[in-house]
Amino acid sequence: MGLTNSSLGIKAVDSGLEIKKQRKSDKVIALAGNPNVGKSTVFNGLTGMNQHTGNWPGKTVANAQGYCSTKNQSYVMVDIPGTYSLMAHSAEEEVARNFICFGDPDAVVVVCDATCLERNLNLVLQTIEISKKVIVCVNLMDEAKRKNITIDLTAISKRLGVPVVSTVARKTKSLSVLMNTLDKVTGNTTQNSPLQIQYPEIIEEAIGIIEPIVRKKSLNKLNSRWLSLKLLDEDESLVQEINSYFGEDFLKSPELFIALEKAHKMLAQAGITSDKFKDMIVTALVNLAERVCDNAVTYEKNKYSVSDRKIDKILTSRATGYPVMLLLLAFIFWITIAGANYPSQLIADGLFWFQDRLTDFFNYIHAPEWLNGILVLGMYRVLAWVVSVMLPPMAIFFPLFTLLEDAGYLPRVAYNLDKPFKRCCACGKQALTMCMGFGCNAAGVVGCRIIDSPRERLLAILTNNFVPCNGRFPTLIAILTMFFIGAAGGAFSSLLSALLLTIVILAGVLITFGVTRLLSKTLLKGVPSSFTLELPPYRRPQIGRVIVRSIFDRTLFVLGRAIVVAAPAGLVIWLLANIYIGDVSLLNHCAAFLDPFAQLMGLDGVILIAFILGFPANEIVIPIIIMAYMAQGSILELDSLVQMKQLFVDNGWSWVTAICMMMFSLMHWPCSTTLMTIKKETNSKKWTLLAAVIPTLIGIVACIVFASIARLFL
Amino acid sequence: MNRYYNLNDIKPGERGIVSALNSSGSMRRRLLDIGLVENTHIECLGRSPGGDPSAFLIRGAVIAIRSDDCKNILIDSCQGGTEKWA
Repeated sequence: MGLTNSSLGIKAVDSGLEIKKQRKSDKVIALAGNPNVGKSTVFNGLTGMNQHTGNWPGKTVANAQGYCSTKNQSYVMVDIPGTYSLMAHSAEEEVARNFICFGDPDAVVVVCDATCLERNLNLVLQTIEISKKVIVCVNLMDEAKRKNITIDLTAISKRLGVPVVSTVARKTKSLSVLMNTLDKVTGNTTQNSPLQIQYPEIIEEAIGIIEPIVRKKSLNKLNSRWLSLKLLDEDESLVQEINSYFGEDFLKSPELFIALEKAHKMLAQAGITSDKFKDMIVTALVNLAERVCDNAVTYEKNKYSVSDRKIDKILTSRATGYPVMLLLLAFIFWITIAGANYPSQLIADGLFWFQDRLTDFFNYIHAPEWLNGILVLGMYRVLAWVVSVMLPPMAIFFPLFTLLEDAGYLPRVAYNLDKPFKRCCACGKQALTMCMGFGCNAAGVVGCRIIDSPRERLLAILTNNFVPCNGRFPTLIAILTMFFIGAAGGAFSSLLSALLLTIVILAGVLITFGVTRLLSKTLLKGVPSSFTLELPPYRRPQIGRVIVRSIFDRTLFVLGRAIVVAAPAGLVIWLLANIYIGDVSLLNHCAAFLDPFAQLMGLDGVILIAFILGFPANEIVIPIIIMAYMAQGSILELDSLVQMKQLFVDNGWSWVTAICMMMFSLMHWPCSTTLMTIKKETNSKKWTLLAAVIPTLIGIVACIVFASIARLFL
Repeated sequence: MNRYYNLNDIKPGERGIVSALNSSGSMRRRLLDIGLVENTHIECLGRSPGGDPSAFLIRGAVIAIRSDDCKNILIDSCQGGTEKWA
């Protein structure tokens, strides 16, 4: 779930990597690292930015840039997606490798997790193979200490031949050593002499055949040894990069061609296939990492992760895994609903009090009636509605959810749900993207990049919309509260709405499973691909920071979006509701036109048109309905859910309407931002169209079926 | 020591040493990336509520692997091993 502005909405659609220096003298630093080692936290600590962080691998899907400086030097920091390796197996790895190789960074900082340093060194070794200017930043030292892991940084630095600094990225102070080291490395005051990785004899021999030629031709621009290795590896993804970096002649040179041929023949004679070659390289790296850590990393107790395992027993065991998941979800909803009631009312009172003052002011300056109508009754009122209804639940829900995320629970959800997803021929990581969808479906769609298999990624993208996003939550909560709880208030009623909301969400999850399965049997046929998922150690979330950041970011985002979308929409709606053709307003003309079909679905024309006009943002669906009903003149003041219910009931709502409305809210076309994101991510009009058609069709059918059955019994 | 066990034969709480990797394609590369080469120590930590996938401790990190993929990871059984467990 993306919580910052940059990971939400339109901005979630990143647009390639283009380094923007503030000054010409800025030095470019690449921030690399395994997934989930606190790289984004280091990045935020250095740059003062608020790149989204969370305790699960793969949340940084786009390159982020930020600036920081020391007394001597200013830097552009580039946060590249976390990877285990630079062998370009996946899109992220290719991005990371290309940036480190061909992006000409002035230095590369490889962020490592102190609690499993040995594995992280694999990436470090691959990086120092390419670049001399590498700094190893061993992060999460506090966690390692808690787990009784001691790390001899001096020994490791000596063995690797590059500076190694330790950080506790959450504590900004600990980053100053890293900054000083950056100064030294980029300012050439210390010369790194990185460890050279020795491969088995036969590979060394093959390298020996082509390296002199590569060195001559590459003009010392790249590490010739590494380049030779990659050429021997026949790394296809690299060919294009080399062509654009050195020019096409580089690889076409006959001299190089003959040498490569010779080296390959020699390897073939020794029985080394392409796969075997790769294995030998990886094994050499892994074994070297083991030797680097030998006696430098010590685990004082074997049982260092006992508490993690105990928590895992509760959260992922057969008996308690699923119940705990449901309880947590319901609990979060309960706190959200119970906590949002009062501030919602308060904000509504305040904003509507101000609306009256605005009207007074317009009367005072003798402004024409229509101006007051457009600006106050149109724009301002819709804005006020959106803010008062949407803001409080979100300001409570998101920090709670972020706490779970920071603690490391989300990957466990994916772990728990992998089996059912596999039954649908999909991937457990889809659960993670659904969790992100709770925040914003556009962010969820971007998050689908963590799924490696293209088929499974498409499944996740097409079904993400069945998870209600922040724009639809409050609609669901409001309707649940009005029609199924009664607005009596009290702890019991909020508990009941939380339960009902959980059921609605579960319905969305079941539909996701169903549609995923259906798609895998029809349009997206295939078998589930293999899957690995890292379950990170549990971390104590930075509670204060999470609350402040997610409320602050969320507040700004909701307000921003409200102003951008809801205000002009309010204006259009007011115009539609107040421009009359004959005796009937435009809005009612449209509503009347849609009414027969909407009635079939258990809705009415106004609701359907509200959904259509709500295409830019789901937040405005309820305000449109209210405005359309109010234009018909039943109630003029509206400041509580009781009155809102009265308004709805006066306009013919029953509990059937409420259920159909909720079903359609759960299952209709994604908002415009999400669709644009889907277009961008799939690069296909067909899938974008399907992403809109599938949920809409299902929603329409479900509503018609439900309404017809209800009619039979009523 | 018995050869030709695979990772599915290791029950939660038990340990083994990787003797061969029969996976292919992207899965093989991913396993190698996380350091699962021959002679790597591996411990099964538990199974998910549905019984699959299972969680394994590999070089200090906890990785979930599906049983379909586990069967391609051959191990030497050494349940009572006292080697260093990272």
